[in-house]
Amino acid sequence: MLRTFRIGGIHPPENKLSAGKKITPLDLPEQVIIPLGQHIGAPAQAIVKKGDIVKVGTLIAKAGGFVSANIHSSVSGKVNKVDVVTDASGYKKPAIFIDVDGDEWEDSIDRSTTYIRECGLPSKEIIEKIAGAGIVGLGGATFPTQVKLSPPPGSKAEILIINAVECEPYLTSDHSLMMEKGQEIMTGVTILMKAIHVTKAVIGIENNKPDAIKHFQQLAKDFNGIEIMPLKVQYPQGGEKQLIDAVMRRQVKSGALPISEGAVVQNVGTAFAVYEAVQKNKPLVERVVTVTGKAVSNPCNLLVRIGTPVRALIEAAGGIPENTGKIIGGGPMMGKALVTADIPVTKGSSGILLLTKQEAKRKPVYDCIRCAKCVNICPMGLNPTFLMSLTEYTNWEAAEKNNIVDCIECGSCSYTCPANRPLLDHIRLGKGTVMGIIRARKS
Amino acid sequence: MILIAIISLGGIGALGAGLLYAASRKFEVYEDPRIAEVQEVLPGVNCGGCGKPGCPAFATACVNASTLEGLFCPVGGKDCMDKVAAILGLEAGAADPMVAVVRCNGTCAARPQINQYDGARSCTIAASLYGGETGCSFGCYSFGDCVTSCAFDAIHINPDTRLPEVIEDKCTSCGACVKACPKNIIELRKKGPKSRRVFVSCVNKDKGGIARKACANACIGCGKCVKECPFEAILLNDNLAYIDYQKCRLCRKCVGVCPTGAIHELNFPPKKEKPVAVKEETN
Amino acid sequence: MENNNLYISPSPHIHSGDSISKNMYGVLIALVPALLVSLFFFGLGALVVTLTSVGACLLFEFLIQRFLFKKEPTLWDGSALITGLLLAFNLPSNLPVWIILIGAAAAIGIGKMSFGGLGNNIFNPALVGRVFLLISFPAQMTTWPKPGQLLSYLDGETGPTVLSLIHWDREAVPSVTQMLTGEMGGSLGEVSAIALLVGLLYMLYKKIITWHIPVYVIGTVVVITGSMHAINPQAYADPLTHILSGGLLLGAIFMATDYVTSPLTKKGMIIYAIGIGVLTSVIRLFGAYPEGMSFAILIMNAFTPLINSYVKPKHFGGN
Repeated sequence: MLRTFRIGGIHPPENKLSAGKKITPLDLPEQVIIPLGQHIGAPAQAIVKKGDIVKVGTLIAKAGGFVSANIHSSVSGKVNKVDVVTDASGYKKPAIFIDVDGDEWEDSIDRSTTYIRECGLPSKEIIEKIAGAGIVGLGGATFPTQVKLSPPPGSKAEILIINAVECEPYLTSDHSLMMEKGQEIMTGVTILMKAIHVTKAVIGIENNKPDAIKHFQQLAKDFNGIEIMPLKVQYPQGGEKQLIDAVMRRQVKSGALPISEGAVVQNVGTAFAVYEAVQKNKPLVERVVTVTGKAVSNPCNLLVRIGTPVRALIEAAGGIPENTGKIIGGGPMMGKALVTADIPVTKGSSGILLLTKQEAKRKPVYDCIRCAKCVNICPMGLNPTFLMSLTEYTNWEAAEKNNIVDCIECGSCSYTCPANRPLLDHIRLGKGTVMGIIRARKS
Repeated sequence: MILIAIISLGGIGALGAGLLYAASRKFEVYEDPRIAEVQEVLPGVNCGGCGKPGCPAFATACVNASTLEGLFCPVGGKDCMDKVAAILGLEAGAADPMVAVVRCNGTCAARPQINQYDGARSCTIAASLYGGETGCSFGCYSFGDCVTSCAFDAIHINPDTRLPEVIEDKCTSCGACVKACPKNIIELRKKGPKSRRVFVSCVNKDKGGIARKACANACIGCGKCVKECPFEAILLNDNLAYIDYQKCRLCRKCVGVCPTGAIHELNFPPKKEKPVAVKEETN
Repeated sequence: MENNNLYISPSPHIHSGDSISKNMYGVLIALVPALLVSLFFFGLGALVVTLTSVGACLLFEFLIQRFLFKKEPTLWDGSALITGLLLAFNLPSNLPVWIILIGAAAAIGIGKMSFGGLGNNIFNPALVGRVFLLISFPAQMTTWPKPGQLLSYLDGETGPTVLSLIHWDREAVPSVTQMLTGEMGGSLGEVSAIALLVGLLYMLYKKIITWHIPVYVIGTVVVITGSMHAINPQAYADPLTHILSGGLLLGAIFMATDYVTSPLTKKGMIIYAIGIGVLTSVIRLFGAYPEGMSFAILIMNAFTPLINSYVKPKHFGGN
């Protein structure tokens, strides 16, 4: 019996159209646009100005606080301007525009393909290197990695859990990375284990990727303390709390951090970035992005420089199909609908998904028939239909009592609802409002 | 037999009456009778426009206050507050009559739609997701949160422009729509003599070029109006002009100089020559 | 709006494709075996009653939505069809058309639309219709034709149901086989245990309902009637007879499980189901009516909002 999390869960069609496709590097664009806020937390502060010459890997913006991350140039060339750019939400956000000229890298970066297994650095230096390289959670949450590796005083990590679940339908960027960079990922995991002083790591992989499970089980024989755990396919297994429940059979308490149960969770892509940063001195300047969709002529996994316009990725996958109704940054369950294809790839872009008009258009909404399907599938054990009405009636007190802030916004409720009710739309609003009220009360 | 029934039922009745009487005496709460009197003259719509949660709370606040300064029912207006003052023997606070003003003129024609929102129909939800269906991330979403919030049926979305319009006679300046609008587009402004008002109908803080590209009617922050105004009533902050209604003397000089027609005048008699308020709109 | 603009919405961007009508038609399919059995045993009468009831429910739904609510009628979402069919299943096959019409009006008008339509009703509409008729026309509602008179409608030979026989004439109680197939007196749809169980299996397979409510209702009735039977076998019938007779299975499988009027959580469903089981047993064993299922479900329907507000789902990481 394979493990999985124990409350709720759904099984949307997987549609992993780009599975098994090799990672192909995308040609350099003419200009990259590198936003200063690519991570959770304070935006980075630009340290270059118009006319500056930069190389690949040059630090161009410094972390703007404790929870923040460095940003490096992903191309070589000249800074065109530091200005605002329309982000995925249609709001204007600061970004650095760099005109590409050649492909010259910083000398400190080891660009060879030689695999370096040993790492002699102590924990503190590892974390410093990770922070210096601007690494953030690459699963899509983009939480600065060094913060996650520095547990708050009084808590101690017991186990490192590597999230190789990739539970979002369509996306295969982690999967392809695992098939091609297995050794490096395993080394990255040992480096992370060293950074947080644990001797045990578990890599959780859903069993819809049997090739990756086999590959890693083979590799794990050479590494001490790393266990490969195949998991039963169920969405949202990639949620931090769900993965901990699946792997450790422990439930992180409401409002608590994973470290309270002794767990640190990192994405498999992050482990690879950590390998590159620590062993090769390479900052986070490129990542694997899946470009996919049923109408896309050539679904693929691309190695893309940060800041490349999304449009260039779609062109490489065969262009925007005529009846495209939605372009999504990320997967179909938690991704963000893009206002335009002219926004840049950021550190958190795990995929670009194109839906046709028919797939994208939501269906008419009916009254709730209390079928309780949303209650049954909610992975946090909440009552989505009740929370939605509480939000509609702006009853924040009751919403707080019913744990609205525990919602992980996985979207399973809206996905399931036979009356097509936009449950998560409302709950997300309620969650934000209640969190604001709680914050105001504390201060 | 009948006697037993009469006695027992009568006894139960008497006992119940006694209990009720005792309870009503024990749990009686003294309430100033003037609260009920004040409540009587209030409009009783519980809109919250006074800042109190409903009319009874406002009435209590008035009765407990030593002065009516700062206590004003926008719905009932001066008349209503005079009555309240008479009951309490106090002086009614003065307040200018106000009205809700929509500060967005991004009509369908002026502000081309570049995407189509498909989520739950609520401005607040859309606003927490993204900047809106047009290039202007400050403007009206047209999903009518203000319309649902209005207890007086005084604001409606015009289907042609997809902008809310205030029916001045019905608007009580309770401020519900101001709170409901996630983009802070609606503002309570002084109603003005004969309802005459001049205001900047735009809240876009983008630089002129960007604002203009997104919406033909946007304020581009050129500052012409600021220079023109003889009363220093116009402020320019973050590429956006704002007319202070306390200082504005309704001379309307600013209306004529605005290159995009972002400054609106309401309820003035028509001028001899037509102002450039509404530019030719191309789609 | 014919333009090429991209859609924008909050996540999620895909949907399971499940819909109200899919669930409703699933229930309808599950009701087909019982319908066929009733046609087989009650012939013409069953056909007339079913068609009248379904037709009337659709008609009232349409009229009320179209002219009272002034909105586009959602006639074909299947909910009115189910109400009509379930109402028919709860009626004897020799009921005159005019009484059925009154029942349908009560079911749709009072039971469903007066609360605002599908999703907002507190009580199961079909049962509201049924109980309305049971109280208004007790004589007509409790004379059931004997099975096998295929061509009769109003003029068939009538007889008592098993539940009355338990009280008055234990010798005449039909055999277990007869009760399983449905060869006994009773309302249209309640007679055949096997057909109803086939429907249950279909709904479980299609994940339209969960097993909790039917199993706990039946379990509770078995426990209570079983212990009474053990105490005094002379006065009280054995649990198997109780389960197979009357509307117990029909109610437990199709009416207690109605989405709208049953609790949201598993725990809540169990409380609700045990409540139905207890009330049914008590009414059957000690009450004036031979049958208690409809009343039990309606009473527990009233408790559903209370159960929903007290019984919360198992919270992740909660205590």
